[in-house]
Amino acid sequence: MDFTFDNEQNDLREAVRGLLERAYGSVEQRRAAVAQEPGFDEKTWARLAEMGVLGLPFAEEDGGMGAGPIEVAIVAEEIGRVLAPEPFVEAVVLAGGLVAAVGTAAQRAEVLGPLAEGGSVLAAALAEPGSRWSAAASAVTAAQAGDGWALTGVKEPVLAGARADVLVVSAAIAGETAGGTALFVVRGDAEGLTRTGYRTHDGTRAASVRFDGTPAELLGEGTGDRTAEVERVLALARIAYSAEAVGAMDTALRTTAGYLKTRKQFGVTLNRFQALTFRAADMYVSLELARSTALWAAMVADAGGDVVAAADRARLQTSRAGRHIGKEAIQLHGGIGVTAEYSVGHYTSRLTAIDHVLGDGEWALGRLAGRVTDHETVDPLGAPYTAAG
Amino acid sequence: MRLQLSPEMEAFREEMRTFFTTQVPQEIRDTVAARRHVSKEQYVETQRVLNAAGLAVPHWPVEWGGQDWTPLQRHIWREEMQLACVPEPLAFNASMIGPVIAAFGTQEQKEKFLPATANLDIWWCQGFSEPDAGSDLASLRTTAVRDGDDWVVNGQKTWTTLGQHADWIFCLVRTDPTAEKKQRGISMLVFPMDTPGVTLRPIELIDGSHEVNEVFFEDVRVPAENLVGEENQGWTIAKFLLGNERVGIARVGATKRLLAQAKEFAREITVDGRPLADDPRTAARIAEVENELLALELTALRVVATSADGKPHPASSVLKLRGSELQQAATELIVDIAGPLSLASFADGGSEVPGWARVATPEYLNYRKVSIYGGSNEVQRTIIAGTILGL
Repeated sequence: MDFTFDNEQNDLREAVRGLLERAYGSVEQRRAAVAQEPGFDEKTWARLAEMGVLGLPFAEEDGGMGAGPIEVAIVAEEIGRVLAPEPFVEAVVLAGGLVAAVGTAAQRAEVLGPLAEGGSVLAAALAEPGSRWSAAASAVTAAQAGDGWALTGVKEPVLAGARADVLVVSAAIAGETAGGTALFVVRGDAEGLTRTGYRTHDGTRAASVRFDGTPAELLGEGTGDRTAEVERVLALARIAYSAEAVGAMDTALRTTAGYLKTRKQFGVTLNRFQALTFRAADMYVSLELARSTALWAAMVADAGGDVVAAADRARLQTSRAGRHIGKEAIQLHGGIGVTAEYSVGHYTSRLTAIDHVLGDGEWALGRLAGRVTDHETVDPLGAPYTAAG
Repeated sequence: MRLQLSPEMEAFREEMRTFFTTQVPQEIRDTVAARRHVSKEQYVETQRVLNAAGLAVPHWPVEWGGQDWTPLQRHIWREEMQLACVPEPLAFNASMIGPVIAAFGTQEQKEKFLPATANLDIWWCQGFSEPDAGSDLASLRTTAVRDGDDWVVNGQKTWTTLGQHADWIFCLVRTDPTAEKKQRGISMLVFPMDTPGVTLRPIELIDGSHEVNEVFFEDVRVPAENLVGEENQGWTIAKFLLGNERVGIARVGATKRLLAQAKEFAREITVDGRPLADDPRTAARIAEVENELLALELTALRVVATSADGKPHPASSVLKLRGSELQQAATELIVDIAGPLSLASFADGGSEVPGWARVATPEYLNYRKVSIYGGSNEVQRTIIAGTILGL
């Protein structure tokens, strides 16, 4: 057992932090970036590609860096720390992850190579209006059309869906082979594809994506059900989001503590009021417990353990912590906390968004509760969290 | 980064598990598992079994019976002990006065006290808190005045846990009432509880137990050689001792055991023909505490894995705060699972209520103490806000 980062990992963190500090060191820089389409800075995206970040988790033969979940968590935490709006988790971990998990060697090279190089933005189109956080698709269906496939239905919200060059779409197989969920690649310029983009509350972008007999390429071989693979990649993305949330919570707490030391009321700085400092202390407790759990979940993924269960645990812990810290950060600031010109409210907004993308705390708790009597105790260093355990 | 324990640590964990589950008498472990009263004899017997195997005071210096273990090994030792329902070595001996004498005592004191303290041949109790000095310990008023070769002690201590079993007391006393800062005029004395002038009075707690006491001192004569450390150095010693007291206070293993029992109890209770464990709200409550406990355990592991240089990890202050809250949450959960059965607290023979349900509420009430002792949780928040957040 070793909870320390190695030199390479520390170097990666320093490099990504340096890049993102230059891009989003001040709240104005981020506000300027998210005010324009596509909701993030294309130059920063290109720099992340140059650094290798956009190909981080993919195999070298697929055009990636061959790194693992720990490195992904490091990048995600740095993204969260400054609220970088670049869709790293969305495009790389989730959409790219689906291609890496299911695609053929040729498809992986064709889709992941350009993603890693920064030439192609990916978006995962999984969510369907009216259902939530399901790994299986139902509202979008796929039917065979000649040698290929055609998709019909609506996916929404699709994060970075309007900007994406390539969409990775889950769809229910229609007709004779019905019963499973398959994954498809759809080009942004495909016929019968209608995308309506909009801003989300946290400054990033999402889209409604309508398929109307849209040509699509089946990912991987055969039409077997891919729900388990989707579930696994969703788990990896939930773990990455947990790290991103930890980065955001860390900044929200540090910003709040800094404010308490400088803001004066009744002739003294706010840190003279125990009613406030005790609440900041509780925020620290929430943060450290969430940090431990998020880090552990990445280690479980790295060790080849039960990543779905670990992700649910990290999701629950970071959801509770994100809400606690996000709300308290605003309250301890007072009115300035709800203004757009000050940073801290944006952190709360982003934490709220992260909480709802792939499953919130109550959802994760429901899944954990369903399994709670399957085991007597939880051993974080043993089965099922370590593959060999 | 690596999740798995190394093969050596796996083997160590197995060794601890095997020892605790085979060498400590089953009857004693059953008593702890059933959350019944552990007797003085059971504490003594357990500690002697542990001490004979070098497992009573592993955190002491090697020359006094300690083990040259890493913080991770100590963590595993403690966790496995709790999971196996082994009564832990008496804290007053193993975690408090032993390390203090090893660090501050004279060679003579070490030889006289340490082997007997490790083996629980001497049962120690703690004379720190006073009626007007709780969290504000430095306000203590018990005095020791030098008279020839003796100190003469007068005053009162309180919350003296298991003082009724104690042979000796370690006591903070005011030796310089004129010191500019109240922290500077304090010293530590040790003396037998049967010294003339020492009176012990039990305090009955809300669970009906006799666990803590008041101790009164009236012209108690203590030989000068029973001063530990230097005169007026008592506050330094107290801080050292309280720092040690917080080690392992998260009690993750013990709470894990409570939660495992809560699941078992929830299967025994039936609601409308179905086990309570199948009720989604009950299951969710257990799952939530279990996840919080996982987060705490992982934080404890982070702390032990990164505090090898002797400096405490900043997150260590989280352990006491959250550890006590989760112990309380688990005992509360068990009361709620017991439901109406929890009222049969003092039922004796002739009652159909299972033992676990009888002890549920007394234990829940008793466990209110854990967020108060060892530096109350409000003191912990003050530490976090001040030393970590700089507020």
